[in-house]
Amino acid sequence: MLTATAIAVDGLGFAAWLFLSSVGLTLIYGVMRILNIAHGGFYALGAYSSAWAIGLYTATGSTVALTFLLIPLAALIAGAIAGLIVERGVLRFMYGRDEVLMVLVTYAIFLILEDVTKLIWGTQSYVAWQPAFYFGTVEILDIPYTVYKFIIIGTAMAVGLALFLVLNKTRVGKLLLVVIEDREISGALGINVTLFFTVTFVVGAILGALGGAITAPEISVSPGIGAEIIVLSFAVIVIGGMGSIGGAMIGALIVGFARAASVHLYPPAELFSIYLVMAAVLAVKPYGLFALAESRKI
Amino acid sequence: MTKHLDRTEIGLLIALPFLILVAFVLPKWIVNYVHVSMGTVLVALGVMIQMRAGLVSFGQGLYFCVGGYAAGMMAKFLGITDFFVLLASGIIAALILSGLLGFLLRRYREIFYAMLTLAVSMILFGLLSSIEELGSTDGFNLPTPSYLGWNPEGETSRLTLYTLTCVIAVGCAIALNRFLKSPIGYVNEAIRENELRVEYLGTSAHQAVHLTYVLAAVVSAIGGVLWALPLGHVDPEMTNWTTSGQFVFVSILSGTGNIAAPMIGTFILEIVRVYAVEFSPNTWQMILGTVMLLTIIFLPKGLWSLLTKKKKPKKSAGAKAPAAGE
Repeated sequence: MLTATAIAVDGLGFAAWLFLSSVGLTLIYGVMRILNIAHGGFYALGAYSSAWAIGLYTATGSTVALTFLLIPLAALIAGAIAGLIVERGVLRFMYGRDEVLMVLVTYAIFLILEDVTKLIWGTQSYVAWQPAFYFGTVEILDIPYTVYKFIIIGTAMAVGLALFLVLNKTRVGKLLLVVIEDREISGALGINVTLFFTVTFVVGAILGALGGAITAPEISVSPGIGAEIIVLSFAVIVIGGMGSIGGAMIGALIVGFARAASVHLYPPAELFSIYLVMAAVLAVKPYGLFALAESRKI
Repeated sequence: MTKHLDRTEIGLLIALPFLILVAFVLPKWIVNYVHVSMGTVLVALGVMIQMRAGLVSFGQGLYFCVGGYAAGMMAKFLGITDFFVLLASGIIAALILSGLLGFLLRRYREIFYAMLTLAVSMILFGLLSSIEELGSTDGFNLPTPSYLGWNPEGETSRLTLYTLTCVIAVGCAIALNRFLKSPIGYVNEAIRENELRVEYLGTSAHQAVHLTYVLAAVVSAIGGVLWALPLGHVDPEMTNWTTSGQFVFVSILSGTGNIAAPMIGTFILEIVRVYAVEFSPNTWQMILGTVMLLTIIFLPKGLWSLLTKKKKPKKSAGAKAPAAGE
């Protein structure tokens, strides 16, 4: 019973983190057909800027409460700047190229971003634990959990809901769905496709940075976190079906619970249980749970 | 031998004695770099032959690691130090694993192939990182190899291993060159252009991809063994996706035009790395990324196309067919 509760809460916590980190990736893929490896770079940028900002701010001795504003702000700034530079500076020259080639392009950008973070923040670790313990802990069946964990879960649900509403209930969202359906025709209808691409990419980058920023207080921010998250996010969005936001949510839940279960039941399996689940899902549904079938071109 | 040697093969055979001679002339540290990159060259070749079929493997480190670990485990648990047995165990392990995984992977193309190969290599990464008998993330050490009962020591041992590595690497390269010129090799290029038509013509694309995958795995495993023995150490980092990314980088940089291209590309990369890491360790990846971007944008067919462009300028124009509307 105790283990079951622990798995449930930890699973939800992992899932929320994974969803926040991978929803931007699936959004960008869905709209632009770019599997963006540089997403790991955005995540790392978000984590570093958030940890760095919190560190600077708490050093002044002011109230910790305001750091909760600082986290989304850091993500917004870092994600927007990096996303804009990458999209306007590189990717817009490459649209319409082969999908695999775009993977390689974004991989190159990822490598560059990795060193950009190292040049800005050095190679040492940043720890910004203050926000994580500000609200203290709650006990569920005698297991203490930080309230912060539930804030992350709440944020993930809010982001998921907001994306769903924007895509399905607003004019902009419906136009975006048209762009996804057919890029050329929507351009002919007078929709500014280039603008949609830029905005989508920047929003995706901000979401990636938010995933990093919100996790920063719980971890030690050090080089290599970008490389780690990108493979996890791949697993999440591949399980759900790439380009589907609902799929990313289900994928995050599956991966989250798989990881929580292996942490509590058989710890050595933690690292590879995720990929095992992914391989199992793909063996049955080759393109993920919610992917639409695509016709083969002759 | 029915077929004549082509120019690439003759070039490789001429290069071989010079490559071996290098060990006696150049300083030891340079020779060590050449020696170690001989292993990674083979993995890059494995990536390259898959790229010929339009498949980008972001997890070729898997077989690099399988080769190294298979050889290491034979030495660690069974006490075998014979070079040829260690090499054979690496090859057999890769054959079995890739033969099985091929049934899953041959169904996928494009980004799915890239991501699945990546995922599979990360499974091994996770597995090896958590097995304490194999040293977890630290890995473990390999002994100095013996050769059919002969136990050379010190300098002789180093030179023997180096010479054998050169011979095997060049042998593999020639074998792969033959493969690219074989019917299956040409089918692979057709798969890259249009898989459906290949099937209409009565050839199984699945079988060709499977065979290519296994071949790439075996070559990479040989590379893994040849890499692990001179270093005397293996660790799970060999199968991390960032390692695999570097092999992809080499194939992109040098292009898939010729079997010698990735070999030269690896050597250049290793030499640049030595200096880059020395002078500014925190911008090494930035250099890699920038070079890769520039290559993709300005030299889509890699550095090798610089050598061939002068002779047949018309050929590249036809290869760049406009993409179908989406």
